[in-house]
Amino acid sequence: MNALPGWTKLEQARQVAALLEPKSVVNVGVGMPVMVPAAVDPAQQIMFHCENGLIGYQALAATDRPDPDIIDARCEPVRLVVGSSVVGHDVSFAIARGGRLDATVLGAYQVAANGDLANWSAGKGSLAGIGGAMDLAVGARRVIVMMRHTSRDGGPKIVRRCDLPLTAMACVNTVVTELAVIDVTPRGLLARTLAPGVGRDYLQERTGAPVLFSEPLPNLLPTPYPIPSPKVAERP
Amino acid sequence: MTQTSKVVATAADAVAGIRDGMTVHVGGWGGIGVPDQLILALARLRPRNLTITTNNCGMGVPGDAGELFGAGCVARVLTTFPVHAGAAAFRARLDAGQVALEVIPQGTLAERLRSAGAGLGGFYTPTGVGTEVARGKATRQMGGRTYLLEDPLHGDFALIKASQADPYGNLRFRYASRGFNPVMAMAAATAVVQVQELVPAGAIAPDDVHLSGVFVDRIYVEEGGA
Repeated sequence: MNALPGWTKLEQARQVAALLEPKSVVNVGVGMPVMVPAAVDPAQQIMFHCENGLIGYQALAATDRPDPDIIDARCEPVRLVVGSSVVGHDVSFAIARGGRLDATVLGAYQVAANGDLANWSAGKGSLAGIGGAMDLAVGARRVIVMMRHTSRDGGPKIVRRCDLPLTAMACVNTVVTELAVIDVTPRGLLARTLAPGVGRDYLQERTGAPVLFSEPLPNLLPTPYPIPSPKVAERP
Repeated sequence: MTQTSKVVATAADAVAGIRDGMTVHVGGWGGIGVPDQLILALARLRPRNLTITTNNCGMGVPGDAGELFGAGCVARVLTTFPVHAGAAAFRARLDAGQVALEVIPQGTLAERLRSAGAGLGGFYTPTGVGTEVARGKATRQMGGRTYLLEDPLHGDFALIKASQADPYGNLRFRYASRGFNPVMAMAAATAVVQVQELVPAGAIAPDDVHLSGVFVDRIYVEEGGA
């Protein structure tokens, strides 16, 4: 059914989930990242944060009655977990900028090899919203981008330089696409996991900047593969 | 003046005094915490050339900020996320060149409001450095990092929504409907709250107040409220 190599969206969400530390505080943006809370093992006790001030939510269970005042960034009902808390917008973004977010998972139009992120505007003439993206991208300790590897027209979304309006400079730590998990390192892009069936040439052909490959490359293991988190360098 | 004089009888009374050219902060985020009856009353009052602050420019929900664009009240909007299928009235005014749009990062908007309410002359934020948002703004280096200077955002009025008020204007909000509502009230010369329920003085314990009544000037109990 899936002729092209690569992870399904759920498998991709599980790759993101595997990057998250237990008991960490994590914000997930609109778009593909909204799938992440449901892909996380509740035993990890990850506290999902939303711009609207909810700290500690999870995907709604089938038996839950939705509460209109308990919603996530796409304005869909979610449930609060034990240990959750609620703050206003000022404190919610103090959490984001103030170093209390262990990670954010954002969608993107483009990611550059140096970690520049473009995810709020499709360019000149298009009406666009920033939402919380700029605050999250500069503030979260770790920025994970979850996106399709290529655009609808097949062009690369991972590029040498973004030509779309930037969200933040040099902020992305890791990109998770349906093809690979790629770290942004001082040496450049470093693929550390490839989806089953994805070869090095296949990945490089679809990437607009040079890709290095970690050794050994665990692309033949079943997913989700438990990936040890790298030591993330403190960003300036 | 007694404290109970904060309670007004009608939504029209609640928005009385909002005039052409004023700046009005309008609460709500993603369709919740929206003071819908106050917004509808303001659309009926129909002042012109307002500058409004609102997270969304219409979500297709009756009584949301989209009503103010439909009524032709808005000359300028400060917002974080104007994109939505329900923002058609805003989009029409924008495309016709009748509304000036400024898109602001959500955390910067919250802090600009808070700093106005807190009596500050602005603040430095790392958000927006190296982006279109930084255009024309002063910067400062601290600890090897670049920050942008952002100004406080004062309003003549704020229209906000809360779940409970006592006669002193002490407020409680429900879950994510809190959002921008407290900082908008803090940042306005006159803060007007639409509440679902007016409770007797003392019914909200001091420790349980989310926003002190010192920031609230008028209380309107919504139609259908208690």
